[in-house]
Amino acid sequence: MALLQVENARFSYDKKTEALKGVSFSAEKGDYLAIIGHNGSGKSTLARLINGLLTPSGGTVTVDGISSVDKEKCFQLRKRVGVVFQNPDNGIIASIVEDDVAFGPENLGVPREEIGERIDFALKAVGMEEYRKSSPARLSGGQKQRVAIAGVLALKPEILVLDESTAMLDPKGRKEILSVVKKLNEEQGVTVIAITHYMEEAAEARDIIVMSDGEIVMRGSPEEIFLKGAELKKYGLELPYPAYVAEKLKEKGVPIDGVVLTREALAEKLEKLCE
Amino acid sequence: MKDVSFGQYYPARSFVHKMDARVKILLAIAYIVAVFLVKSEPEFYFLGFAACFLFVVIATVCSRVPFFKMLKSVKAIIFFVVFSAVLQLFFNKKGTPLWEGGFITDAGLYNAAFITARIILIVLGASLLTFTTSPVEIADGLESLLTPLKFIKFPVHEFALVMSIALRFIPTLLDETDRIIKAQKSRGADFETGNVFKRVKALIPVLIPLLISSFRRADELADAMDARCYSGSKNRTRYKKMKIGWRDLIGTLVLAALITGVVLLNGVLGVAV
Amino acid sequence: MRITTENLSYSYGENDKTLRVKALSGVSVTVNEGEFFGIIGQTGSGKSTFVFHLNGLIRVQKGCGAVYVGDYDLTDKKCDFKSLRAKVGMVFQYPEYQLFAETVRDDVAFGLKNFFPGLSDKERAEKVRRAIETVGLDYAKVAEKSPFELSGGQKRRAAIAGVIVTEPEILVLDEPAAGLDPVGKREFMNLVHALHGKFVKTVVIVSHDMNLVSENCTRAAVFSHGEIIKTGTPKEIFADERTLENTGLDLPVTAFLEKRLKEKGVYIDSDLTIKDFTDKFAEKFAGVKKQ
Repeated sequence: MALLQVENARFSYDKKTEALKGVSFSAEKGDYLAIIGHNGSGKSTLARLINGLLTPSGGTVTVDGISSVDKEKCFQLRKRVGVVFQNPDNGIIASIVEDDVAFGPENLGVPREEIGERIDFALKAVGMEEYRKSSPARLSGGQKQRVAIAGVLALKPEILVLDESTAMLDPKGRKEILSVVKKLNEEQGVTVIAITHYMEEAAEARDIIVMSDGEIVMRGSPEEIFLKGAELKKYGLELPYPAYVAEKLKEKGVPIDGVVLTREALAEKLEKLCE
Repeated sequence: MKDVSFGQYYPARSFVHKMDARVKILLAIAYIVAVFLVKSEPEFYFLGFAACFLFVVIATVCSRVPFFKMLKSVKAIIFFVVFSAVLQLFFNKKGTPLWEGGFITDAGLYNAAFITARIILIVLGASLLTFTTSPVEIADGLESLLTPLKFIKFPVHEFALVMSIALRFIPTLLDETDRIIKAQKSRGADFETGNVFKRVKALIPVLIPLLISSFRRADELADAMDARCYSGSKNRTRYKKMKIGWRDLIGTLVLAALITGVVLLNGVLGVAV
Repeated sequence: MRITTENLSYSYGENDKTLRVKALSGVSVTVNEGEFFGIIGQTGSGKSTFVFHLNGLIRVQKGCGAVYVGDYDLTDKKCDFKSLRAKVGMVFQYPEYQLFAETVRDDVAFGLKNFFPGLSDKERAEKVRRAIETVGLDYAKVAEKSPFELSGGQKRRAAIAGVIVTEPEILVLDEPAAGLDPVGKREFMNLVHALHGKFVKTVVIVSHDMNLVSENCTRAAVFSHGEIIKTGTPKEIFADERTLENTGLDLPVTAFLEKRLKEKGVYIDSDLTIKDFTDKFAEKFAGVKKQ
């Protein structure tokens, strides 16, 4: 069985309209999965189902063999799935960085000495060791969000869910978060599920799920997904900026083959064409 | 507004900063008691207050908090000080008038000086506590001091958590308020003119968005706490352990000496007079 | 109305020397009527402080330069800030967070009531309707609704209706597309363009998104550590990539491609919009192919 198994999951907030209309997918350990979709497509509901903040009204969500339907075990689930939310200002509980990171392990009843070790590890993983004693109010958006990630890492989760965690950051903050997440995925083998509005960020993932109106409508590698620009548009999405430029060039008769996801790749292709 | 350091904590690594928060809270209370013990007759209070003042000065030196910072906290309540002093000056009818037919009496003057000194000394002591102890430490210290209340089912842990979350969110909400005020001012809102009724009404376009945003924040915070496995105080461990060390003992002894001194002073002078 | 600042400086915490932080120093810039002007810079570079000066939300400090907006001299103590604010509309980040009234119509009317209390009910209703329709909302459907019942994108539009309802000459927008999904973002920029030249004369837009700047702005100013380090057309600004060094910002994709091609000896001299860049590259490529 896969690490994360979502089967035919349904959810409704008001019992009238369904936010999720039967969603199925799975993720293995070490995966890097991006979920994209227009506002109200059900992405964030899915994130809350994965870590047991919400329980599906139909279907199942299983992490490491633990089902979220079982309310008794929801802490077992939350321990394994860390979620970082959109607004870093609303996710930080304490007025000192290390106290905030300690919050999760304290809740789990981790012995004091080990909490210290976990803080060391988590702050190091996000590159915030030197801010250990700082007040979050004085940090930049990107730094706050790194603290929020550290707070989740201190739970030693197997899956890290980023629920539009970069939406409120400036480009610098966004880059910081992206590189931290990539490092965690590559070096620590943390499974990452990144929900995002930024197509450029989705292009960094190994796999992309496209959601629309509570359903999964596309799944594939970034290359596969962004090959279908017209279909994406139908779902309220767009190509990453470089791919969009490439698309326009193609329309004007410049032969660019395949999908171009990054500006570097596009630059190389254009350079070749001019040789 | 970002620079409003709420709770006016002054970060430093000093003798006083390193003391246990619980001890500091208790010492601050004891100090205030000492100030109140000083009798109001001028022959007592000059010496008594001098002793208290000396204590605060020594403690301030040991805390590395600059003196001008301390003075600023007195400045913050200067209106209150002047107000109480004036009340004493003009409405104390005891004692003899200072000049022929004058309405200010010697007792009034002494009392005004007494009240002023008392308030200033208390503010100095209290600010030293908030300068050297972060809001979080104060919250933790209070939680620990209030632990006995658990026996009467008082939710000590929840109380402390609520307090520290409130402290954590004050700067965020101040920022937000500032933004909303600016936004509504841009739409012509006027908070500065008109009578009290009009001004209060003008605040509605600020308060409603602020309230809604606070609810939204509370919602998101609750999610973030849930996501990090919060389930109340049961089976919870604490990362920070408060330890009482030699500094706390020294501080306690010095303060005990102060109280003894004040009490002795009251007694000795009482006999002498 | 033209905006001019002369040697504008600003410090926060002016009462306490130990806390004093310089947010702006020596900023001189002119934004002409009719421009679509970009304000670029990292968080904390002084952009917001600058923008808040434009409608007197922040007053010019004594001896810290001057700000003129049209005939208004903002250093003058007698300056009529209220009438100025009716002419300089300001859309904050996440503007939907300032909605407060019971109905969308009342919320949109707020500014009108404040600025032009003398308007007749009929005139006011007409202006409110026009503003709501201009931002692309269905008046009949939303006017009587509570603003909090609207969807995220609609809320933002309603909030903007509440700013443009006074028909300002200058519209200042701070990161207006933040948090929207890709299509929402595009539609939103279309809206700003639709407003520009019709509803408002000048647009000043604060943004982190260099692609947005190169695609939309006639000119822009780059802020760094409280100073303007460069003013000019997108072309002029992005020609020298050192301009953006230490600002944490990237070149727009088109400027990046031009730079890379230039290093290979291929010169594409576009205005950095996608249309012009792709046109010119296609032309160049056709030429290469012929050889």
